[in-house]
Amino acid sequence: MTRTAAPAPTGTDDPALDVEGLCVDLSTPLGTVRAVDGVSFSVRRGRTLALLGESGCGKSMTALSVVGLLDPAARVTGGAVRVRGSDTLRLSPAERRKLAGPVLSIVFQDALTALNPVQPVGRQIGEAFRIHRGLSRREAREKAIELMTRVGIPEPRERARSYPHQFSGGMRQRLLIAMAVALDPDVLIADEPTTALDVTVQAQIMRLLRDIQNERDMALVLITHDLAVVAQRADDVVIMYAGTVVEKGPVRDVFSAPRHPYTQGLLDSVPEHAVRGRPLPAVPGSPPELSAVPPGCAFQDRCPLVRERCVRERPVLRPAGEGRTTACHFAEELTHA
Amino acid sequence: MPDIRAASAASEASAASAASAATAEAAARPLLEVSGVTKSFGSGRRRLTALDGVDIRLGRGETLGLVGESGCGKSTLARVLLGLERPDAGTVRFDGTDPFALRGKELLAWRRRVQMVFQDPFASLNARMSAAELIGEPWRTHRDVVPTPKAREKRVRELLALVGLRDSDAHRYPGEFSGGQRQRIGIARALALDPDLIVCDEPVSALDLSVQAQVLNVLSELRERLGVAYVFISHDLSVVRYIADRVTVMYLGKVIEHGDTEEVFDRPQHPYTSALMSAAPVLDASRTTADREIQLQGEIPSPFDIPSGCRFRTRCPHAENLCTTEPPPLATRGTTAASGTHTALCHFPLGVAGESAGM
Amino acid sequence: MSEGITMPGEEHSAGLGSGAEAAATVAGAEAAAPGSGTEAAAPASGAGAAARASETEAAARASRTEAADRASGAGAADPALAPGTEAAPNPRDARTSRWWRMLGRDRAAAVGAVILGLVALVALFGPLVIGDRAQRQDLDASLRPPSLSEGVYGLLGTDVLGRSVLARLVEAAATTLSVAVPAVLCSLAVGSALGLWAGYHGGRRESLAMRVADVILSFPSLLIAVVVLYVFSPSALNIVLILAVTRIPVYLRTARAEAAELRSRLFVDAARTFGTPSRKIIYWHILPIALPTLLTVATLDFCFVMLTESSLSFLGIGIQPPEVSWGLMVAQGRQYLQTAWWITVLPGLAIVLTTVSATVLAAWARIATDPAQRWRLTLPTKRRGASAAVPPELIP
Repeated sequence: MTRTAAPAPTGTDDPALDVEGLCVDLSTPLGTVRAVDGVSFSVRRGRTLALLGESGCGKSMTALSVVGLLDPAARVTGGAVRVRGSDTLRLSPAERRKLAGPVLSIVFQDALTALNPVQPVGRQIGEAFRIHRGLSRREAREKAIELMTRVGIPEPRERARSYPHQFSGGMRQRLLIAMAVALDPDVLIADEPTTALDVTVQAQIMRLLRDIQNERDMALVLITHDLAVVAQRADDVVIMYAGTVVEKGPVRDVFSAPRHPYTQGLLDSVPEHAVRGRPLPAVPGSPPELSAVPPGCAFQDRCPLVRERCVRERPVLRPAGEGRTTACHFAEELTHA
Repeated sequence: MPDIRAASAASEASAASAASAATAEAAARPLLEVSGVTKSFGSGRRRLTALDGVDIRLGRGETLGLVGESGCGKSTLARVLLGLERPDAGTVRFDGTDPFALRGKELLAWRRRVQMVFQDPFASLNARMSAAELIGEPWRTHRDVVPTPKAREKRVRELLALVGLRDSDAHRYPGEFSGGQRQRIGIARALALDPDLIVCDEPVSALDLSVQAQVLNVLSELRERLGVAYVFISHDLSVVRYIADRVTVMYLGKVIEHGDTEEVFDRPQHPYTSALMSAAPVLDASRTTADREIQLQGEIPSPFDIPSGCRFRTRCPHAENLCTTEPPPLATRGTTAASGTHTALCHFPLGVAGESAGM
Repeated sequence: MSEGITMPGEEHSAGLGSGAEAAATVAGAEAAAPGSGTEAAAPASGAGAAARASETEAAARASRTEAADRASGAGAADPALAPGTEAAPNPRDARTSRWWRMLGRDRAAAVGAVILGLVALVALFGPLVIGDRAQRQDLDASLRPPSLSEGVYGLLGTDVLGRSVLARLVEAAATTLSVAVPAVLCSLAVGSALGLWAGYHGGRRESLAMRVADVILSFPSLLIAVVVLYVFSPSALNIVLILAVTRIPVYLRTARAEAAELRSRLFVDAARTFGTPSRKIIYWHILPIALPTLLTVATLDFCFVMLTESSLSFLGIGIQPPEVSWGLMVAQGRQYLQTAWWITVLPGLAIVLTTVSATVLAAWARIATDPAQRWRLTLPTKRRGASAAVPPELIP
């Protein structure tokens, strides 16, 4: 954990980002479904928090609602997202735009679609300076080149005039990171930043993110489905399932002694621990559709510990050890297992 | 997977009879032997060399893991193995015969023996066909495999059970299944013709972790029950380590390392293999620390413009002048006959000059 | 109406491509249908439900029932699966009844189907009923406006020779359809076959087919028609042939584009690994996906062919009087447009109604034949299309 921790949080212990009870509804032709249901977490500067979950668990939608980029079909129906003391969900779009960049920033998974294909990358990176700091075109360009140097793009002065398709996947991801950190945000959200990349390039990008985070003392929210990435890069982890948080806590503790059967199941499914020739301990079934999340515990159909109580009553997050919470009625049984 | 075990014994019986019918000589020769296969696309300066003298061997019922990053040619190799692409040079021998020399009925008969499971369970299934139609699709061409509609219906149910789906799933459409379930349909379809070899092109990389484990279990159960051999293509090292008997590592169209899974993973000879393994994040934080990581510089060179000498030299931490001028020789580590050979394409293989080189 | 005029190519992003996109765009919500998980969950939701069981659940159940229907339709239903649905004694019956039900749910398509049915009936049996009324002249009754007091044949007024417009419309329906339908079908069949073949194989075959299409397109179709019909006699057969040939490039190009895109799809690769011959791949995998687009093009072309036929008639080389077609009626009535609008407007209306109905029906058929889109037709009418932004994969 000390690897990624900042050189002592500066001054205050206030979280840089505090999400509380976030609810997002998604309207579908069959009615409204709840895609994110009461998600809470907070992260301090210099720390890395991972939102971990499988596709459809609501982790990306959580991130998008935090930065205010939700699809029109989705709507935030409750909760608060606090940065620098104000709740961004209560702000007007104009006030919100002022926060995007200097306070909150996001790196997307798909760098090719996140960049404008018909603008030179230098101008795209410099744009933030022109909008937020009112720099001239020339000054913005210099800043952009500086940033491109920082994220490791060779020959930045020449490359600033190139278009996104002229860069490789890893380089495009570097460009996106440069854009995201241009204004020194307090909080950087990275939505599956390395999923589309090759393993060796993935390692480079994760290293770059970590270095920049340490340099600028940012809070990093890492959204991913990759347990190994979480294990290596995050301090704290929030595990989501079917729109809800099922477990939360420091990565090392959670991964070494999970307090939720879903976390346990995920960890067991990693082939890394498996012995060849012996079946992997898989979680049976697949996650419920959002329109058919059962009442009671969302994980009940796939859970080895399921009882009658799980069908009746939805478990709420409750403390489970130092700095940890779990949403399972029978978490204690896992600790003995 | 109780439903798999509950499946009818018909497929087992057919596999067993096929095995007993095979002569001892046939059993001794490898199922698949690929040597010196070269394939390029385009021409002139826009010539992309996808495969450059690739050799692989695979025995009956074995699993070969094919590892590499994008552009290494592993997907092209898969297409060659399936007869979808004809190699420019080199030979492919499947059970002693060259599939590219076959015509008509013989070609059709060969096609039965090699099948494929695709990476994308969304795109590889025609959305307008029901699960039963999809699984039975090969029989529309190979009419003699399961001749009557009644038998087909029965066989579809067996195959569904074999991959862990239910009878009632037969008449649902791909859109109604989750990714993992679709991949099971894809596997059932590949099994419909009782193949000897299934080429799996990243079969689990589009799936969620908890579902990925289910599909891997289905694949390894089938190997045990039906004796089918796999060429298992993946970029995920932990998956390959789990499922493969032997591993072939590819880089820019060449096989750069080959050997038994344990050998390659525990004592990699090629610097690329070693870097690949250290770059892959692992769950156990104590196993790989940031200091141990070998960080490769830059990205894979364009396959349109392959470096001279050793193609890995542009990123290799141990590269010397020799690597620029001379293509590397095949280095073989002396291993016992039982475990086969462990080869690497490198001037300075790791673990020979000293173990510290790998760190 | 506008739904029907989707350009080829858009079809795919709407239909098949949506799977992958859905996963990427809307937070990758698992594209699961009422899968094994749901059905296992069913007893649970029955036990503790009620709280959240609002519209959503009801709708989800509706779609589940439909899945069960489908299962019973194919003849191997698990009776336990579909407790609420009526027993289907014959699988074929069940399938047909599902089609009717889906047609019933889409009101516009149902109306379109009824209109087309009526037009077809009139074209088939109308001429038998009216006898020679379409030709019977009565100069005393020239240019009478539509009225209720002149008996059945005066309902829609008379033309300049005092012939009943109603009778002429009925007679013309038969002629028009007997020219337009075969012409459209011929060009559809030939153009699509060539286009799919060319697009699937690519290379030289593709260039050859495209050059043929270019050659046909480079002559103004009306000009070819004029020349050919001037040289040969303007019989109905010749008109059909000439119209069919000039419209072939439209289908050829559409089909080629579809096939060229589809041939690189993974499921086509999969079929090739089974050793499926290419003509069967075209027939099994490419045609069913390209067909709805081609049919949409065909319905639009139907209108074009009717109008071309009327232009030919206007030039005196189309349908020859005393035979009559809708196009010819429009052409003949043009000079009386100011004084006797009904002579022109009514046959024009017939053309428009027929084509619009065909277009609406084609749009319906496009959805109804696509398993990934079919759920739209199982929803209550008022809610459908309310939030098209959400891909169907999100919904069970």
